[in-house]
Amino acid sequence: MRAINIRPGRGTALVLGLLPFAALAVAYLAGSALRLAENPSDKLLPALTTLAASIDLLAFTPDRRTGDYLLWADTAASLTRLAWGLGIAASLALVLGLLAGVLPVMRALLAPFVAFVSMVPPLALLPILFIVMGLGETSKIALIVIGITPILIRDLMLTATALPREMIVKAETLSASSWLIALRVVLPQVMPRLIDSLRLQIGPAFLFLIAAEAISSDAGLGYRIFLVRRYLAMEVIFPYVAWITLLAVLLDLALSSLRRRMFPWAEVGR
Amino acid sequence: MTALSISHLWKEYGDQIVLEDVSIDIGPRSFVALVGPSGCGKTTFLRLLLGQETPSRGRILIDGQPLPPEPGPDRGVVYQRYSVFPHLTVLGNVMLGPEMRASRFLGRRFGAARRALADEARAMLAEVGLAGSEQKYPAQLSGGMQQRLALAQALMMRPRVLLLDEPFGALDPGIRADIHALMRRLWNEVPMTVVMVTHDLREAFTLASRVVVFERPRDRPEERDRYGARLSRDIVIWPPRLAGRTTPYDTDRMPGRDDPTPDAAAAGTTRQAEGRTHASSPQP
Repeated sequence: MRAINIRPGRGTALVLGLLPFAALAVAYLAGSALRLAENPSDKLLPALTTLAASIDLLAFTPDRRTGDYLLWADTAASLTRLAWGLGIAASLALVLGLLAGVLPVMRALLAPFVAFVSMVPPLALLPILFIVMGLGETSKIALIVIGITPILIRDLMLTATALPREMIVKAETLSASSWLIALRVVLPQVMPRLIDSLRLQIGPAFLFLIAAEAISSDAGLGYRIFLVRRYLAMEVIFPYVAWITLLAVLLDLALSSLRRRMFPWAEVGR
Repeated sequence: MTALSISHLWKEYGDQIVLEDVSIDIGPRSFVALVGPSGCGKTTFLRLLLGQETPSRGRILIDGQPLPPEPGPDRGVVYQRYSVFPHLTVLGNVMLGPEMRASRFLGRRFGAARRALADEARAMLAEVGLAGSEQKYPAQLSGGMQQRLALAQALMMRPRVLLLDEPFGALDPGIRADIHALMRRLWNEVPMTVVMVTHDLREAFTLASRVVVFERPRDRPEERDRYGARLSRDIVIWPPRLAGRTTPYDTDRMPGRDDPTPDAAAAGTTRQAEGRTHASSPQP
């Protein structure tokens, strides 16, 4: 039988999916045990007990100086910035993407500029943002917005212009104005794509967030990682990286289920 | 009085001439089928009637008035694909036009107005044989049902002219026969003029009251750009097929079908029975 025709059953698929995770865990444990056997004060791959103690200290013990639970305080600070960034970017992209997608005049006005701006490396703008907007929250949120909005706009514009011309003409014969075509024909059909697009931009959004927090902040997941880096505190960095990853995955799943719930019609054709 | 009057119509794209000096008068309530080889400008002609494109020369009058330069609610359209909106339910699709016409800002109606409109939409859906599918999305319907939905959606606007661009081209023969019966009945009952592009001659002669042939008189490869298509034949069906009446040759039973379904089932509604009694009664 050809390899392309061998399909795993549900159980097999689950086991196969878990296999790389298990391999990673085993590799870590083995590496850690080997290094610690050689040098008990090795910091690079801490043992599970060290990690657990560190997680307990970070997540379930109040900080001695501030009285906060560090992990939760950092998470709240970072997620607030991320939510503002993603929210502003999505709203801007929706308005501009729709305008450019529906009106040829707006497309002529915006498309070249957005294409140009989307090529600016956002991290290169970070010093400018810090100088102009100060070291507070604004500049960090601005970096996320600048980083992901142009791509969202271009994606929405492409989705809107890719709608069949027949559909737009049909709406015109149903007495729709330009506004009503945007509101009742184009907007509902680009919304699922906006959510998918946002899902793809969660990774870059975290990248910009952590970059901004690494340089100047007093709380946040990125701030903590870069703070303890000086002490080679891998027992803090590893749990934080895992936690950030988990947050991103959960955000992705939440957006995906939101899309399924809000736009059931988009699932029918899949 | 003519519904559509087209005189000396030319359509050029840059150097390429697509339609050349096309003149035709289309009477009210007629059913005109446009046929011809592929790439001869039938669809371009239909787009000109729709207002989706503007003629290079010549003019189009609708009920004596110049055609508006963009599509509008007086001309309905059904395409072979993409005629219905995938994000709306069947009922939502049919209600969309009247909703947008009545509510210019939100494009939605609420309360009693909405309920009245929904009832009207349900009646229209029953008319085209889609009763019971109101809450489905178009992607859950078969191709034939999607085209029925597209017809219902267009007819809700009570267009003076209905333009059909190979609407039944992608359907298999059995389904096509059913929808032909529906199309004929709608044309008989709804006061509208129908212009249909088709490449199926049999379909043209089954449905239309008049068959118009587009052809390029000069079709050698080196001539193709500089000479467009003209009307080469204009065939009025004999005996005349008039909206609301039948000729002895009209039958909804498709000859050659192995299992002719009963007429009522063919049209997909129970109203067929009334339609036939009316049609077979002697004309004044």
